[in-house]
Amino acid sequence: MDIFLQQIINGLTLGAVYAIVALGYTMVYGIIQLINFAHGEVVMIGAMTALTVIAGLAGSGVPPLVIVLAGVLAAVPVCMAVGYGLERVAYRPLRHAPRLSPLITAIGMSIVLQHVAMMVWSRNFLAFPQIFPNPVFFVGGAAITGVQITIIVLSLLIMGALTAVVFRTRLGTAMRATAENPEVARLMGIDCDRVIALTFIIGAGLAAVAGVMVGSYYGIAHYTMGFVLGLKAFSAAVLGGIGNIAGAMLGGFLLGLVEALGAGYIGDLTNLCHLPWQPDLVAARCAADGHLVLFGSNYQDVFAFLVLIGVLMFRPEGLLGERVGQRA
Amino acid sequence: MAEVLLEARGLTKRFGGVTALSDVSFTILRGEIYGLIGPNGAGKTSLFNVLTGIYAPNAGSMSFEGRPLDRLTPDRVADRGIARTFQNLRLFGNLPALENVMIGRHVRTRSGVFGAILRTGPTRREEADIARRARELLEYVGIQRRADMLAKNLSYGEQRRLEIARALATEPRLLALDEPAAGMNATERAALTRIMESIRERGITILLIEHDVKLVMGLCDRVAVLHYGVKIAEDVPEVVQRDPKVIEAYIGGSPA
Amino acid sequence: MVASSPGNNSAVLRWAGLVLVGLTLLALPFALAGVGTAWVRITNLAILFIFLSLGLNIVVGYAGLLDLGYIAFYAVGAYAYALLASPHFGLHLPFWAILPIGAAVACLFGVLLGAPTLKLRGDYLAIVTLGFGEIIRIFLNNLSSPFNITAGPQGITLIDPVRVGAITFGRTDIFVGLVFSGPVKYYYLLLLLLLAVIVINIRLQHSRIGRAWEAIREDEIAARACGINTRNIKLLAFAMGASFGGVAGGMFSAIQGFISPESFVLVESIMVLSMVVLGGMGNIWGVIAGALLLSFVPEILRYTVEPVQRAVFGRMLVEPEVIRMLLFGLALVLMMRFRPAGLFPSRLRRRELTQET
Repeated sequence: MDIFLQQIINGLTLGAVYAIVALGYTMVYGIIQLINFAHGEVVMIGAMTALTVIAGLAGSGVPPLVIVLAGVLAAVPVCMAVGYGLERVAYRPLRHAPRLSPLITAIGMSIVLQHVAMMVWSRNFLAFPQIFPNPVFFVGGAAITGVQITIIVLSLLIMGALTAVVFRTRLGTAMRATAENPEVARLMGIDCDRVIALTFIIGAGLAAVAGVMVGSYYGIAHYTMGFVLGLKAFSAAVLGGIGNIAGAMLGGFLLGLVEALGAGYIGDLTNLCHLPWQPDLVAARCAADGHLVLFGSNYQDVFAFLVLIGVLMFRPEGLLGERVGQRA
Repeated sequence: MAEVLLEARGLTKRFGGVTALSDVSFTILRGEIYGLIGPNGAGKTSLFNVLTGIYAPNAGSMSFEGRPLDRLTPDRVADRGIARTFQNLRLFGNLPALENVMIGRHVRTRSGVFGAILRTGPTRREEADIARRARELLEYVGIQRRADMLAKNLSYGEQRRLEIARALATEPRLLALDEPAAGMNATERAALTRIMESIRERGITILLIEHDVKLVMGLCDRVAVLHYGVKIAEDVPEVVQRDPKVIEAYIGGSPA
Repeated sequence: MVASSPGNNSAVLRWAGLVLVGLTLLALPFALAGVGTAWVRITNLAILFIFLSLGLNIVVGYAGLLDLGYIAFYAVGAYAYALLASPHFGLHLPFWAILPIGAAVACLFGVLLGAPTLKLRGDYLAIVTLGFGEIIRIFLNNLSSPFNITAGPQGITLIDPVRVGAITFGRTDIFVGLVFSGPVKYYYLLLLLLLAVIVINIRLQHSRIGRAWEAIREDEIAARACGINTRNIKLLAFAMGASFGGVAGGMFSAIQGFISPESFVLVESIMVLSMVVLGGMGNIWGVIAGALLLSFVPEILRYTVEPVQRAVFGRMLVEPEVIRMLLFGLALVLMMRFRPAGLFPSRLRRRELTQET
């Protein structure tokens, strides 16, 4: 098996999900410079809603494709409602408050959403029903599943559609104008409140799809699943340059690759048995086990944070963005 | 000839494609009030920000009391003896007026964490001294009765004076005032003029940005005029006032 | 702050009040022990949360830096204590030696985190500190192989209780006819430490450094123009806050006798933040009140919600743990929306409210 190619495939799948979630962060940030901390929870609610619908319809004789579509079609409006609610209840009243206030509120909303979800869907890990056969294809010594192909293709389609919305429609123009300068946009007759609300709604819709993707990829859903996923997607948005749509896509895929390759290779790289010179203690353990790994793939979650800290320290504007992370 | 306090040579500052300052040179002499005027967007505040270390200039050099001033951070500039106020007021709004001035003493005092926790003798003495001098400065600018009020609740004119008191607390040799009279009524302006004159009598040199040409002409020993980032005139007020380039700039021609 | 010289009467009253509060605090554990030893333990944990809140208050309340990974410093202090006083490494240092070590190590972590990140704008700093907290937790969970440093998810057990001379805090003693159980003894030790922490906080707030923190919070550019080296002063806030966290963590280890990474999850950071926000950022007494409120209300709920639900609905609908978390979340949301200065605004803030027209 080709580990490298395999990790690339896994990384692209993961990256596709990060990219879709990162778009939600970046659009909101681009327009009102707010880190919508609760965005990850919207992803979780999307996954949970879809899971409920799919599990309910599974075995009812309805064709599997219809069931999955029904799950997505249920998740999207639910998430949009949550996204809109977040904006109205938690963020809009604080639009002119000190910068940190909406962030604190967002953290509060995140905790509230998590625990409401726990009340609704229990604190257990829920299995995502497998209603499709998930074919496995082999490409040059690596395996790629039908779900992975679907996730990657679907995410590319969504990104294309979103780009078209932002750069080709009146709404997109209004969004970009509001992002550029809300005061001027308002003078031009743009209803900024509406544009901001729509941005949240679009982001939440994307989050819903991402939730279904990540749920079917891992096969499980849990009320805390959105949190780390959200953080990683935020890191991806920062990596690409927050506020920049293409940046979020690029950052998402890159972060997915970094994580997959990192998890795939860190064990080998930190295997002390590869050291040319080994202290007695190490040599003894290597003789017994053949490997003495300092950091294994269980450190996978660290990479996203290291990327985030590294980007903010050395290139706060991200790969494609303008300079924002630092004070003037 | 009086001693040179501040010397700037060839200062240039660009923001993207906009040149805010273009090869600006000037000298300020110890003890004078040096006025800096110019239409909106002439680069006056940019010059202040370069001078006080907020922006790094793209070219040029500065020296203060004979020592280079380049590439110093704002806090080091304050330490060297240049204090400033801000065009749009930057007070510590949620702190009492007295504490605003006490914070100005930061740079001239030394107490650290351990002194504060153990409340050592030197710390207590320094603290008492900080409070005493802060009160004196509030009295000096005439707002001692506002000592315990939050800065943001002071009237506009009082806030301007509080900012001057805070700047004076750093014991500057050069006090840079960015439009201190903006938004003041005639009485407040007269009071401000008296304060500035008395600051000069204390031996503190003043660099004054002002919109009100009349105030500048009446108060300043020398005046420089900036126009689109270029210094177009520098002389005693009477000469500058009659300079055709200056009149042209104010009446509204574009730069040649 | 300048207090107007109080009259003799009010001075007497104030002293009488202080003595009364002191006596109440001294008698409290016995009253609580009457209800149940669990309540003494709960009170002890509440005092630890006051430590944490006061430490975080330096960072968030004074200096205005939102630290979402604060619990990492608590973890560092707790593990420092656990590793130096347990069979895990066979080390058994005395508590008075470990506590400063824990504070110093936590302080070092604070500086390590702060040095590269403090130039970031506030919201970015918040996310980075959050990531830092997660990284610490991931390491605690995984540093059990190949070399067993933290014992991983199982945690470290049999941590030494505090010993001072002949007094062992883990044991029950009878002294002049009163039963001093382990938790009661810890209560007095914590009370003593709390007094020190409060005095340190008050002194710091009304010092040159404390004013510099507040200046940075209010307006960083103006603070620099006043000659404040904002980077160093912010770093100092991080270091001080982290040290408080480290001391609290050490005490936590000693009191519990067992720690695992589970005690240091992000939610704990957010809990401490809620306490600071609820009480009023930057206000020592408010923060203490916030910490007490959010420590005790969930416990009271734990003991009331379950029986009430069973009586009314015949079964448990909402677990007390969920209510607790909803309480923290809602506290953050509602406070920011309706009372950003906290439930108990400082005298200063109150004056500001009455002054505004």
